[in-house]
Amino acid sequence: MFKKLVTGAAFALAMIPAASFAAGGGEQHIEDFAFSFEGPFGSYDQNQLQRGLQIYTEVCASCHGLRLVPIRTLSDEGGPQLPEDQVRAYAADNFSIYDAALDEDRPAKPTDNFPVNDGVGAPDLSLMAKARAGFHGPYGLGINQLVKGMGGPEYIASLLTGYTGETKQEAGTTFYENTAFPGGWISMAPPLSDEQVEFIDGHANDLHHLSEDISAFLMWTAEPKMMDRKQAGLVGVLFLTLLSVLLYLTNKRLWAPHKGKKQH
Amino acid sequence: MSGIPHDHYEPKTGAEKWLHSRLPVVGLIYDTIMIPTPKNLNWWWIWGIVLAFCLVLQIVTGIILVMHYTPHVDLAFESVEHIMRNVNGGHMIRYVHMNGASLFFVAVYIHIFRGLFYGSYKAPREITWIVGMLIYLLMMGTAFMGYVLPWGQMSFWGATVITGLFGAIPLVGEPIQTLLLGGPAVDNATLNRFFSLHYLLPFVIAGLVIVHIWAFHTTGNNNPTGVDVRKGSKEEAEKDTLPFWPYFVIKDFLGLAVVLVIFWAIVGFMPNYLGHPDNYIPANPLVTPAHIVPEWYFLPFYAILRAFTGEVWVVQFASFVTGGIVDAKFFGVLAMFGAIIAMALAPWLDTSTVRSGKYRPQFKWWFLLLVIDFFALMWLGAMPAEEPYATFSLIASAYWFGYFFVILPLLGVIEKPDAMPATIEDDFNAHYGKKSDASPAE
Repeated sequence: MFKKLVTGAAFALAMIPAASFAAGGGEQHIEDFAFSFEGPFGSYDQNQLQRGLQIYTEVCASCHGLRLVPIRTLSDEGGPQLPEDQVRAYAADNFSIYDAALDEDRPAKPTDNFPVNDGVGAPDLSLMAKARAGFHGPYGLGINQLVKGMGGPEYIASLLTGYTGETKQEAGTTFYENTAFPGGWISMAPPLSDEQVEFIDGHANDLHHLSEDISAFLMWTAEPKMMDRKQAGLVGVLFLTLLSVLLYLTNKRLWAPHKGKKQH
Repeated sequence: MSGIPHDHYEPKTGAEKWLHSRLPVVGLIYDTIMIPTPKNLNWWWIWGIVLAFCLVLQIVTGIILVMHYTPHVDLAFESVEHIMRNVNGGHMIRYVHMNGASLFFVAVYIHIFRGLFYGSYKAPREITWIVGMLIYLLMMGTAFMGYVLPWGQMSFWGATVITGLFGAIPLVGEPIQTLLLGGPAVDNATLNRFFSLHYLLPFVIAGLVIVHIWAFHTTGNNNPTGVDVRKGSKEEAEKDTLPFWPYFVIKDFLGLAVVLVIFWAIVGFMPNYLGHPDNYIPANPLVTPAHIVPEWYFLPFYAILRAFTGEVWVVQFASFVTGGIVDAKFFGVLAMFGAIIAMALAPWLDTSTVRSGKYRPQFKWWFLLLVIDFFALMWLGAMPAEEPYATFSLIASAYWFGYFFVILPLLGVIEKPDAMPATIEDDFNAHYGKKSDASPAE
């Protein structure tokens, strides 16, 4: 029970700003990043997801967990799609898991989930890209979400690039000014900076690119089946359209004997 | 069955006769699907089939989801994510179920407003209408409890707010609320009973749907003119009607298929558009979201609930008259349920002898305003409870009640209806031309 209360309180702290966000702070600035997975035909960029995974592992993982994401899914089609042996090595090298049967920590296996990390009260990132909406308008109607998407990954990327450099102390905590964060002040220190992560292929690693990559990765952790879903959506829409056409013709033929020509 | 003369099932073979004399089930099915249906039904009449489809869709997807879902506060959220990530096809089934609820409500609202415009609620179809309203109420209860099951932030706080409404009822409110929650606050007991009821109610709905269909099969369908089918003889009736199968089944399926194209596009390409991002945050009793918003289909009534604050003179008056028993909170609850009861009472509030709104020159405009009012309320329900939205909500709520309790009774008295076609056949021919005129004998 106590543990529940503590985790609850940790969540509470993390959630307060999120809650005020729902009310729609007017001065928030969410940039409309162009992600490869947007729109009905958009798909994840495998390389980008792999870069995002690297950023998560080297930077975010020190405070944030991904407790709902099984490590094995890193090799799933439509995701970062790492070879299985690499996933095995990745799990063992980066994370250790408490094993109740052994009563001790052991290196993580692909069948484990990414570990929980609530050490400093940072929110879990598994679903973050779906738990935030970047766009709301106009007049709270949410119509721009039809065009731009919900804006979860945009919100994350805007947050990571939105630090102004101003800080303030309040009740013993340092807050950092951020143009994307509701209320304008966030307790997370700027986590990313230019060239903080080096990519093996020498891909651009300025703050803007890093933010984009990690946001794409978090969209994948939140919605790992997006590619499957869009495919099913497309196939379904095509077949149902075909069905509609056939039914239209059937219906027309069926009713024809009972209808004359329109007189006007 | 419909009081309209038509052919009935005649068992022919020995086996058919054997069964028919013991259980006339084939005859029942035959009479049900061959019911004579006014041939001038327009496209607003497809939504019944869409609704039947939705009910089946929700029950089937729901049963599959239950195989993988765990109704426990510590596991519910995780089990939903398990469905989304690990269950084969689970993400699609869940998204279909989630958006299926929205399709269900889109269909039911169009179906209800169609009834309101064409006077489908009027005699002799009052029972059909009342049963329909009961189905709608049960749908709302089912949808609300279903939304609680994923145990996200909006699930939890939505449950807290809505069950709190019952607590506003004087004297019996608190015991009712405790009974609903299974304790003093929303917790595991709440989740479990909501789960149980969420599984039960769809079957109650299915039962009422049968009654709904039975009722209008007894009276016969209404139609866009509101003119009755001629029932003097079979020949006469056949001029006004065509059998439901195949004419209307195929037509309705065409409508359904087109609706499903849009539905499937939403499921495939933007499944979370109609949901709320906060519900991807696990429920947390210690943190209240600043802005608790119900699902879109509850918003109009949520707006009415919130419209009546303590500053409104009607509320103050009610409180004064009842010695404080009806306070602002209780008044809001009464208003919200009253808004639905007002709809249910439409058959007795509408004094006009003309059924269809098509032939009511003034009614048309008031009805259009009601539709706009409905959308306005929906928007206002999603806005924060502050000015100018509060005033707008009050005006919009007032119109909702005004429409049913003032306009409908008065219009019947003051309105002069337009000329109506004498028969359904005339109306049909006016649209499509008489067959014999259009193709003269060669």
